[in-house]
Order: sequence, then structure tokens, then C-alpha cells
Amino acid sequence: METRLTFKDKAVVISPDQPFAVIGERINPTRRKKLAESMALGDFSVVQEDARKQVEAGAKILDVNAGIPGADEPALLRGAVQAVMEVAQVPLCFDSANPEALRAALEVYPGKALINSTTAEESMMGVVLPLAKQYGAAVIGVITDENGIPATPEARLGVARKLIARAADYGIPAEDMVIDCLALTVGADHKAGRVTLDSMARVRDELGVNMSLGASNVSFGLPDRKIINIAYLSLAIARGLTAAITDPTIPEIQTMLLACDLLMGRDEYAMRWIKSFRKRSQAVPA
Amino acid sequence: MDLTELYNSVIDGDAPQVQAGVKAALAQGTAAEVILNEGLIAAMNEVGRRYEEGEFYVPEMLVSARAMQAGLALLKPSLVESGVKAAGKIAIGTVKGDLHDIGKNLVAMMLEGAGYEVQDLGVDVPPQTFVDAVQGGAQVIGMSALLTTTMSNMKNTIQALNEAGIRNQVKVVIGGAPVTEDYSRQIGADAYSPDASSAVRTVRQLIG
Repeated sequence: METRLTFKDKAVVISPDQPFAVIGERINPTRRKKLAESMALGDFSVVQEDARKQVEAGAKILDVNAGIPGADEPALLRGAVQAVMEVAQVPLCFDSANPEALRAALEVYPGKALINSTTAEESMMGVVLPLAKQYGAAVIGVITDENGIPATPEARLGVARKLIARAADYGIPAEDMVIDCLALTVGADHKAGRVTLDSMARVRDELGVNMSLGASNVSFGLPDRKIINIAYLSLAIARGLTAAITDPTIPEIQTMLLACDLLMGRDEYAMRWIKSFRKRSQAVPA
Repeated sequence: MDLTELYNSVIDGDAPQVQAGVKAALAQGTAAEVILNEGLIAAMNEVGRRYEEGEFYVPEMLVSARAMQAGLALLKPSLVESGVKAAGKIAIGTVKGDLHDIGKNLVAMMLEGAGYEVQDLGVDVPPQTFVDAVQGGAQVIGMSALLTTTMSNMKNTIQALNEAGIRNQVKVVIGGAPVTEDYSRQIGADAYSPDASSAVRTVRQLIG
């Protein structure tokens, strides 16, 4: 299945047959003091710098989050989105649970955006899905509902089905739904990683939709997080993950994703791998 | 009796050893309160210190807390019998609309480890439930929110406490990834705490 996002005349396709789609996560003021302070003052220079760096590092899509406590989120998200569009020619992903903020961003966006996200709670789907339909956006559907996060892969598949069925009710096709099977913290429950991986395999086999993941959560509270995150992403890719909200400016992640593309048959003649190797080698001073 | 072994078993997160240690100490006539303070709580203080200094990781803190709880369960009848009261009563929960429970659970465990009576209200907790808990005797309420979009329910809960006329009977501590010291001041909480171990310190400062 292909999820096609656009920005003006630029298109990005998320699909098992395309290079892995990195959704750059850095434009998010949570726990980033400098970014939060500048954004709160309406200064989007750090936002623009993050946008540029992430695209340069290989981000196909940029996530934009403007959730600052006490601030006017619709105005801030719109401002951040406009600032990003000045410097980056890639599709955007609007990261908010505030429908007014989503609308404010969707209104000014020239293309087909991705909404991050809706849960399978009726109260959320009833607001986010009509917005997506109205503005022709795709949506990340997170598999949690009124009863929380299901414990088994079977139950998570059920919630994914519900998301896709409700989207269809609103006229949104399955290819415009990207499912997030939720990476939970293995530091708190050592089986959490496995349940998500098994859920992803089920979703891929039974529904065939694109999947995304906020992968860094998995390693919270543990040492050497980067290695855990990288291993987790590659295990997930083998189970049908086609996109991830992550930080492409971390060189190891960038390199690992290129290797995964090669191993999953998405890098013809290994050209992207070789090219990136040359670039990395040149970066090292002789 | 020397409680070093018990203390070390808590730090090692060895629940069966902790239970054996508690039983042995009780059998030798050590006061339940001494076992609690010098064996269990002192060990959890050390676990908290190691976590804050980056020596211990989350799973280690979890197994220690679980081992401590296993020991506490055995100790409880003796504590009740000898009239030892909990250090204070705390109600804790993740605010309405928010289902994240890991941080909240860690904080609850560390507070129990510090000798407090903890009432876990769960996740997606409406303001009224916090109000009820205060009316039920909680001296502190701890609120967690992991989403910028649910943080405002901390403010709503404080407002509900005001409306119920019981805000001055309770201390309010908040935490969670998007929460800041500034935000805590903005909404009129008593304190902000960045992690489970410092939450214990904060509560000690607030109610002793």
C-alpha cells in the first residue's frame, strides 16, 4: 500500500517498496529548552535550523509540534509550519491533539499533510478524521482506545482494524491511514518490545497498511539507548515498519536505515549505500 | 540485629531474600519499625540516590521497589500491631485523558519505599477523584501528565480542589515529561518533581 504525501509539487511515498520514510522528530519543544523558549517568543529561527538539518540528514517528512504549556497552540503551530515551509521542501506532519491547532496548520498547508495523530477513541476519531477528510490529509492512527493500550498482538490488531474501519466511514482510504503500534518502555516491562513487534507483523500480514513508530520511547530509563533504538527499528522494519518518527541527525540511525533499505531490497545496486559510504569517508579528515 | 543483609537484599532487588530477612529479624525480636526504617526505607533511599546519580537504571529501581514491597507485606501486621503509622498519605494518578502509567507507577513505588501510604488512583483520573481522595485523608496528591494536551487537566484538578474548598488541606506535586517548574508555578501547584527519586525528596520537604 502507498501513502502519498505532498508539499506543493513534491511528493513522498511511504510504502514497503520505497526507501524507509524518516519523519524528523526534532521540532518538538518538549524537553528542549532552547527551542521552547524561542518558539514561545514567536522566534522560529531554531525551528528553521532544525528543519534544514533534518532534511539534509535524510528526513523525508518533518514532524512539527508546538505544544508549549500555556501558549496559544493553534497560532504557534501555524507559525512554526509557515516558518518550516520557508526553508524545507518536504511534506509535513502536524503533531497535536488539539483540533484547532491541526486546523490552523492544515489551512495554510499547500499539499497533502500527515496528521499525528488520532487514537481509536471515538471522541478523538470523531474530531480528527473529519478534519483529515476535509483537508485531504493522511493520519497516523495510534492503537489505543477507551480501554487503554491492548495487552496482546491480537487485541492490538483489533484496534488497528477499528481505526481503518472508522476512517473508511469518513471516506478516508486505508492507504491514508498509517498505524502506530506503540513502542512502550522495555525498562518497565521487558516483554513490551516483543508485543509491539508481534503486533506489527500481524498488522502487516492482515491489513497491509503502512506503519510508523515513535521508536525512542522503547529505551527509556536504560543505558546505551542509541543501540537499543537502532536494534528496535531494524527488527520493526523486518516486520513491516515503513516510517518512523525519529532523529535523522544521529549518524548511526541514518546509516542503519540505509543498511536496512539495502537488505530489504529497496536500494537498487546498493547505490544509495555506496554513495553514503563515500560521503561518510570523506567526512573523516585524512 | 544487624540489618545490613536485609538492606543489601533490597538494593539487589532480591524479593525472596528480603522476605527471609524480614522474617528472621522479626523472629529475633527486632522492632518492626526498626526493620522498616533501617532495613527497607534506608535501602530504598540508597536506591534513589544511585538512580539520581546515574548509577542505577529504571529496571533496577523497579526490582528494588518490588523487593521492598514483598518485605513490607510481611512486616505490615507487626507494624499495625505496634501502632506504627505511615509517614503520610498520598494519592497519585495520571490526569484525565492521559493513559501513561510508567512514570506514575515508579513514583508510587518510590513513595511506598519511603514509608508513605500510597493510594494509586490509576490513569485517566478525573478531577473529582482527586478531590475525593483529599476528602478521604490524602495529605499530598501527585499528578502525572505525559502529553502537552492533557497537562491542562492538572490545572483543572487544582481548580476543583479550590472549588471544593480543600486546596489548603493538601499539597500538590506534579510531574511528567512536558511538565516544568514554571508550569507548576503557573497553575498554583506546590511543587514540581522531575523524577521518581526526587519526588520522594519533594514530598518529605512538603509534609516531613
